[in-house]
Amino acid sequence: MGIRFILMVNKQGQTRLAQYFEYLTLEERRALEGEIVRKCLARNDQQCSFVEHRNYKIVYRRYASLFFLVGVDNEENELAILEFIHLLVETMDRHFGNVCELDIMFHLEKAHFMLEEMVMNGCIVETSKSNILTPIQLLDKAS
Amino acid sequence: MGSLYLALLRLGCSRFVWAIQGDRLSELFTTLGDMIRAIRACKTAAEERAVVRKECAAIRASVGENDQDYRHRNLAKLMFIHMLGYPTHFGQMECLKLIASPGFPEKRMGYLGLMLLLDERQEVLIDLNHTNQYIVGLALCALGNICSAEMARDLAPEVEQLLQFRDPNVRKKAALCSIRIVKKVPDLAEIFLNPAAALLKEKHHGVLLTGVQLCTDLCKVSAEALEYFRKKCTEGLVKLLKDVVNSPYAPEYDVSGITDPFLHIRLLRLLHVLGQGDADASDCMNDILAQVATKTESNKNAGNAILYECVATIMSIEDNGGLRVLAINILGRFLSNRDNNIRYVALNMLIKAITVDTQAVQRHRATILECVKDMDASIRKRALELVYLLVNESNVKPLTKELIDYLQVSEQEFKGDLTAKICSIVEKFSPEKIWYIDQMLKVLSEAGNYVKDEVWHALIVLISNASNLHGYAVRLLYKAVQTAGEQETLVRVAVWCIGEYGEMLVNNVGMLDVEEPMTVSS
Repeated sequence: MGIRFILMVNKQGQTRLAQYFEYLTLEERRALEGEIVRKCLARNDQQCSFVEHRNYKIVYRRYASLFFLVGVDNEENELAILEFIHLLVETMDRHFGNVCELDIMFHLEKAHFMLEEMVMNGCIVETSKSNILTPIQLLDKAS
Repeated sequence: MGSLYLALLRLGCSRFVWAIQGDRLSELFTTLGDMIRAIRACKTAAEERAVVRKECAAIRASVGENDQDYRHRNLAKLMFIHMLGYPTHFGQMECLKLIASPGFPEKRMGYLGLMLLLDERQEVLIDLNHTNQYIVGLALCALGNICSAEMARDLAPEVEQLLQFRDPNVRKKAALCSIRIVKKVPDLAEIFLNPAAALLKEKHHGVLLTGVQLCTDLCKVSAEALEYFRKKCTEGLVKLLKDVVNSPYAPEYDVSGITDPFLHIRLLRLLHVLGQGDADASDCMNDILAQVATKTESNKNAGNAILYECVATIMSIEDNGGLRVLAINILGRFLSNRDNNIRYVALNMLIKAITVDTQAVQRHRATILECVKDMDASIRKRALELVYLLVNESNVKPLTKELIDYLQVSEQEFKGDLTAKICSIVEKFSPEKIWYIDQMLKVLSEAGNYVKDEVWHALIVLISNASNLHGYAVRLLYKAVQTAGEQETLVRVAVWCIGEYGEMLVNNVGMLDVEEPMTVSS
């Protein structure tokens, strides 16, 4: 429902974070990621952020060296997903302080925890940054 | 030494640990950071495979020894490796062992591993009854993402109880978990009706967001649920939307000056589902929809996202002339927006709006035609589809002319689509045979190789049936071939025609008023 997967990919096409909400085998995932990333990286800044792929859509946005790609069903509101991507970036920014690609790589579990607080089973759960970050900050204090 | 090591590990100072240990151990038990650095340093895919293989071997050894200390780190490494695309099934038991451990950090990692590495085919112990609310939250998350139909049936009553838990975070996750349960086992929808309706009275935005989503999905899954919510909740929802729209500045949920746009959009979606096909419900929501449509700021993406959803809702509920006009006007504004994203969604929505109010959409025909020539491929595709839907007997001639003109300058990848659409339009709406022949010849000269076989076969059939046009057709084809001989299909049609009506060509037989005499030497 809604969101099918969320990917963070850098300019060279390497996946830095992958969260799937529907089951795909490893080969399918690799093939999918390769195709989509090629399509999105080939587009320039003047083109719109929505790409049609098979029977669903990809909404993407570029922040510095990272591409955020979200695969959604055709009925989903694309502009809202763009807002969601921005919210995700702002949340990570608040936690890591000026987040960059390396932060995500070396703290992959934290990035996943944040994403889990925000999206569940393809559906947006929480949009308040403090509500999202509270459990993660508690975890940091406890360990 | 051992306990010092463990203590440092708990503090997260894994780098110190590595320094303290002897060489042999440090080789086997690299930290996550070290592994990532090693993988980054690889210049070729073969190097990367070697590093990953070495790490997997170390992890496998550690798993084999049932080593508790490194389980947490092993799993983190496995997740990274999995993301790169390597198989990691030997680590699945580790997830389950971590979940069963008492400490929160271990459980957290275990659940994360569960969701990333496993899928619904696994059977998992779930601690939904734990006293710690964060752990219950974790369990709900895991269940919500991967549970199977049997698990859903077993755990449904507990999840339903959790919808009334004291902590709002747990309520919110329980709501989403219920969605998955209801989708896997639609018969269970009834037990969630009342609790779901109760969620709509909450104040916490997270719970509202998920509660509304639960109601929407319940309506999709069960017709009784739809009736139930329509009767009992429509007014409440309208009031809720009004409150959200008029709410004062709330820093936590504010996006570009609008309070919680995500909640706006979810509510609009639920109203969409409730109002569709039901006049009373639609009446109830008219005012608030008008308010959202007119008062929302449209200079930021958040506002536009809300307007887009509002227009979608207006288009699908029962007719109220004024609202529809408002909606199409908003779409018209979107169409002339400089932002490509906005134009794309406007075109998308107009395609749906055509079935509802064709006249209104026709007024924007000129702008839509401009979009067919846009630089962005996604926009061009959408615009072309829309134009195709707009064609009728009165506007077919000017529209076709525009499209054929564009065919001459369009890009290669687009020519195929464009040609197919033009041929289809010409065939469906052509008012006279002579016009049909004219257009088809233009298309053949310009993009003959993209024309499908059935299409030019049909053209030949038409020509042979139109006996008064034989001469005209053959002369036109002859002229065309001289300038556009590389278009294979054109040549084929021409050759057939000349074969059939060659004498007409040479002797200028059966000329029509519009033609000029031509001399043809053999």
